[in-house]
Amino acid sequence: MPEARVPVIGVLALQGDVREHLAAARALGATALTVRRPQELAGVDGVVLPGGESTTIGKLAARSGVLEPLRAAIAGGLPAYGSCAGMILLADRLLGAPPDQVTVGGLDVTVRRNAFGRQVDSFESEVALEGLPGGPVHAVFIRAPWVEQAGPGVQVLGRVVGGEADGRIVAVRQGNLVATSFHPELTGDRRVHALFVDIVRRHLDQKAGVSAGYERGTEP
Amino acid sequence: MAEHSATDPQTPGTPAATGTGTEGVKRGMAEQLKGGVIMDVVTPEQAKIAEDAGAVAVMALERVPADIRAQGGIARMSDPDMVQGIIDAVSIPVMAKARIGHFVEAQVLQSLGVDYIDESEVLTPADEAHHIAKSEFTVPFVCGATELGEALRRIAEGAAMIRSKGEAGTGNVVEAVRHMRAIRAGIRRLGTLDETELFVAAKELRAPYPLVAEVARLGKLPVVLFTAGGIATPADAAMMMQLGAEGVFVGSGIFKSGNPAQRAAAIVQATTFFDDPAVIAKVSRGLGEAMVGINVATLPDGERYATRGW
Repeated sequence: MPEARVPVIGVLALQGDVREHLAAARALGATALTVRRPQELAGVDGVVLPGGESTTIGKLAARSGVLEPLRAAIAGGLPAYGSCAGMILLADRLLGAPPDQVTVGGLDVTVRRNAFGRQVDSFESEVALEGLPGGPVHAVFIRAPWVEQAGPGVQVLGRVVGGEADGRIVAVRQGNLVATSFHPELTGDRRVHALFVDIVRRHLDQKAGVSAGYERGTEP
Repeated sequence: MAEHSATDPQTPGTPAATGTGTEGVKRGMAEQLKGGVIMDVVTPEQAKIAEDAGAVAVMALERVPADIRAQGGIARMSDPDMVQGIIDAVSIPVMAKARIGHFVEAQVLQSLGVDYIDESEVLTPADEAHHIAKSEFTVPFVCGATELGEALRRIAEGAAMIRSKGEAGTGNVVEAVRHMRAIRAGIRRLGTLDETELFVAAKELRAPYPLVAEVARLGKLPVVLFTAGGIATPADAAMMMQLGAEGVFVGSGIFKSGNPAQRAAAIVQATTFFDDPAVIAKVSRGLGEAMVGINVATLPDGERYATRGW
């Protein structure tokens, strides 16, 4: 087997909790870089859309020129993970948003912004995630969105248990795209990021397999 | 830089809290504002302009600090109708100011559903010895500080975010620079001390030892650190970011200027690209008049807001 290349994770660094996502990716052995400009997107194997204010990040992405290349890259299969504001930015459809809100899109879901309420309604709870070993994750929800409706190609990974929002979808995956309503970057539990880095590694392997063809595995 | 998380992974054995109003959601909320600009607004229309410009949050208040200075009198919490109107006008978080020590103003603001309360020296203090006991609230608080000890005392009281005080309503960045440098230098100094010396440092800073030790270990405050007080231009915002601020409050600087919408967008852009002089130059062109401003050195002591707070 050839030595696998260290995946390069880009964190969209226009605004939000960028540092925590960089730290999570680095803790998992990935190289992590900030992305603010179109050319900085070129070298990444996967992109994280962080928590933050989604309207602000969308506007800055449009003004900095990184929005269209990001859309194209994700449409072309670039793995992406969005937490909270990142989930909103990845969604194809929004509720509770200004009509002109800019998003990246790619994820066939309808996401409701600030679905759980205002900051006084922000909360922490346990959420069990499909296919994630080690028990439920401790989830921090901050003015969080939820997925109101998910398209047929979207796998629901997790739902809220108990309370008024019982059963609401808060974690999804669609191919190389993952999104959570909550902020695993704030807790030190790296399992959601590990899931994403694993997707990035598999994507890299596939690309290497396609380009190397039958020669795959013969390199030192 | 040491990593910090809202639910500190470096405190093993501490069970993670659940429910609302936790330290995790209070501090975590401020983490989401990082790299952003929070703008003072006095009407729903201004709030919309701020949101359209890319503000991460707005601060609802009755008069911007420059007007409080000019008009004098007692500055208080805003009319609930005004706060509500701003909450209804925008989808971004809404902050509002309570007077130092005025815990009932804070209770009222929490009941209105504001997302963050600024226990602010810009308003006339309601208590000359005590700040609000902030841990008791579900809503998080931001407080001003001029140096590290003051920041840590506010955090001990429950503040989930700290900002430099600067000198609000002057359009003069000099005090914000002084306070940011003092806070950051204080943090760096703690990193050079051994355990024995940290006990003395806690005494000198008039701050709880566990917080002092935590700052020494993390190399940063355990909460997000913004800057405020006198930021009027894109270059001001970028300089404060280069000095270590994690985000920017702009008070009078936007709506006391010639072209608020354009200036607001320019300050947002300069905060994100704070390390890129070409971007700062580009957004600084043709902004029109900045607020006139005041030379802080000419302010009589009684008119310096930064001296309020204990």
